Amino acid sequence: MILTRRTILRTGLAATGLLYAPMVLGQAKPKVVVIGGGAGGATAARYLAKDSAGALDITLIEANPVYTTCFFSNLYLGGFREFESLQHGYDKVAAGGVSVINDMATAVDRAAKTVTLAGGQVLLYDRLILSPGIDFKDGSVPGWSLDVAEVMPHAYKAGPQTQLLKKMVEEMPQGGTFAMVAPPNPYRCPPGPYERISMVAHVLKQKNPTAKILVLDPKEKYSKQALFEEGWARHYDGMVEWVGPDFGGAAVEVRADTMEVVVEGEAQKVDVCNVIPGQVAGKIAAIAGVTDETGWAPVHPDTMKSKMDENIWVLGDSSAQGDMPKSGFSANSQAKVAAMTIRGELLQSKVFPARYSNTCWSLIAPDDGVKVGASYEPTPEKIASVESFISQTGEDAALRKATYEESLGWYAGITADIFG
Amino acid sequence: MMAGRRVFLAALVFAAAWGIPAVAEDIGDAVRGETVFQRQCSACHQIGPEAVNRAGPRLNGIFGRRAGALADFSYSKAMARMGNDGLTWTLETLDAYVANPKALVSGTRMNYRGLADPQARAALLAYLREWSDRPRDIPEAEPTARKTDHDLDPAILGIKGDPAYGEYLSSECTTCHQRDGSDQGIPSIAAWPAEDFVVAMHAYKQKLRPHPVMQMMAGRLSDEEIAALAAYFSTLD
Ligand SMILES: Cc1cc2nc3c(=O)[nH]c(=O)nc-3n(C[C@H](O)[C@H](O)[C@H](O)COP(=O)(O)OP(=O)(O)OC[C@H]3O[C@@H](n4cnc5c(N)ncnc54)[C@H](O)[C@@H]3O)c2cc1C
Ligand code: HEC
Repeated sequence: MILTRRTILRTGLAATGLLYAPMVLGQAKPKVVVIGGGAGGATAARYLAKDSAGALDITLIEANPVYTTCFFSNLYLGGFREFESLQHGYDKVAAGGVSVINDMATAVDRAAKTVTLAGGQVLLYDRLILSPGIDFKDGSVPGWSLDVAEVMPHAYKAGPQTQLLKKMVEEMPQGGTFAMVAPPNPYRCPPGPYERISMVAHVLKQKNPTAKILVLDPKEKYSKQALFEEGWARHYDGMVEWVGPDFGGAAVEVRADTMEVVVEGEAQKVDVCNVIPGQVAGKIAAIAGVTDETGWAPVHPDTMKSKMDENIWVLGDSSAQGDMPKSGFSANSQAKVAAMTIRGELLQSKVFPARYSNTCWSLIAPDDGVKVGASYEPTPEKIASVESFISQTGEDAALRKATYEESLGWYAGITADIFG
Repeated sequence: MMAGRRVFLAALVFAAAWGIPAVAEDIGDAVRGETVFQRQCSACHQIGPEAVNRAGPRLNGIFGRRAGALADFSYSKAMARMGNDGLTWTLETLDAYVANPKALVSGTRMNYRGLADPQARAALLAYLREWSDRPRDIPEAEPTARKTDHDLDPAILGIKGDPAYGEYLSSECTTCHQRDGSDQGIPSIAAWPAEDFVVAMHAYKQKLRPHPVMQMMAGRLSDEEIAALAAYFSTLD
């Protein structure tokens, strides 16, 4: 490898923890820093690099060297995917012209336009993209905190937590109880908890047919409810009990030391307890000061630009944009609008009207797939749903199988679009 | 449910008002249609009581049948997919398929360039319908209901698209369709001739092609945007 003077210079500077502003280096390229290499951030970084042909300096900061997709992690729980098939590295993102740094961003100074990393490095930006996903709301489920996540896993950030939950389901005593504390709105992947219930039921039906599943839900109704209820009745008759807010689903306490859930003052012993707490924007968004009292980061519907800072964009789960569900598909869709508008500002490239879309597939049982989706347009107030569709109850087996196969195609397509 | 009931009532009122039985509307000249069939289709298809599958599937009972539904015929992946998506053979869909097979079912194995003359198609469909007894007794049933004209205005095919806009719009496609052309679960859209692309997208827009996602995606694309996408995709190889 031939090291140019410039690379040496840069590396040297980086090591001292300081990089100079574009003004100092004269003709340096505008800098875009992206925090979070998930569905939103990696897409944005890749599209910026692809479409600016070297005219931008793009850095992606991601805490983990390998990303594990939440999407399809339920299928892993159900035994339909290998864990490794959910994992994606950043080689191709880097090869596409993005500098990838594996570190945690710990601070954003909006006045100086810098990002500080846990390793001490300080990066300057002209535009900053935040796509840090979600964090859990403190105190959302009394008795639960990240400290007990090894006993009562959330498995709502994919990785070791997902593997732990799978192991617990498989090792459940015969006739035992799997409990899920479902999250309040808004949260990532509206059908996610219920797809998970389907996948757990699928495993139990084979290994532990007398086991029970208890869903404690603070919501009156949930995504694709009719489809899930139909599917559970058809495939897992009598196994799933859903307890809504009218029967105490909204005021659940958990006791990790005794493996109990407390509903309407009554403690019940369970064998596995999957707690999916209430959620807020990834912490770094709050640290950057771009979130509001809801815990999410409001953005302009036509650009995904933060309403709090004109040099910051917030994508994906962390953003409060209107009608789009928090999904990988949405984050990917929003990232393309963000990349386009940022190029427009920094390189004066053409900016087209924003358009967004989303489709979420869920698997209920082998070859029984369903989907829901919509297209969206920015209005002055929010990203608004324009048209939508949903799978119907009573569809024939061939269509459900085709829908499942379509979801496999989608996974291959979107992960190639995100990670190259 | 409600909507269904209302439609049913409306149909009864209609029948009562017009006296029974409503006569099947003439689709076209079935006698001429037989000649068209002999010339255009019989090399690959048979029709009638003795019909068997040849290069193409037998065509009796085609009205009201799901696309790709014969268990004893091996269809292309594309046709099977369309059938699963809900494509059913009606006057409208058959007309579109015969006019331009690829416009309705990209990747169909039916190696037939299409029948441009609408009169000849009407005649052919009238003939095919004689071997489809199912809707015969209810002439206004969906499969033979009068078709609306789906022919694309040549002006639409003539629009020159902006490839730069097409490239931006295409990013909406690549969430599902892979640029490298692999077609597992979701068909490939790489290397698609511009005109086929435009015709196919309009077939979704007009809801001739089934599939809720595609109908939604195409439904909000303007004629110019479809042209822009076509211009962009035709630059890829
Ligand atoms: C069980 C489950 C099933 C799902 N199924 C689907 C599905 O079928 N379809 C679908 O579309 N969506 C699905 N989702 C939702 C989807 O995973 C998320 O909506 C999507 O990942 C959001 O993208 P994002 O970019 O906002 O965040 P993420 O993809 O979570 O990416 C955030 C990244 O930022 C990194 N990060 C955070 N803070 C920092 C920091 N300070 N410094 C450095 N790095 C940081 C994290 O490590 C992470 O890699 C599912 C989710 C779950 C939990
Ligand atoms: C060169 C051979 C060939 C010719 C000519 C041909 N077809 Fe076909 N046709 C096929 C094949 C092969 C298929 C199966 C297509 C697939 O699986 O994609 C087919 C499928 C069809 C189908 C769908 C049947 C089903 O079961 O879903 C219809 C309808 C049809 N053809 C009508 C016609 C008509 C009408 C003509 C004449 C205008 C015609 N075809 C001419 C070969 C041919």
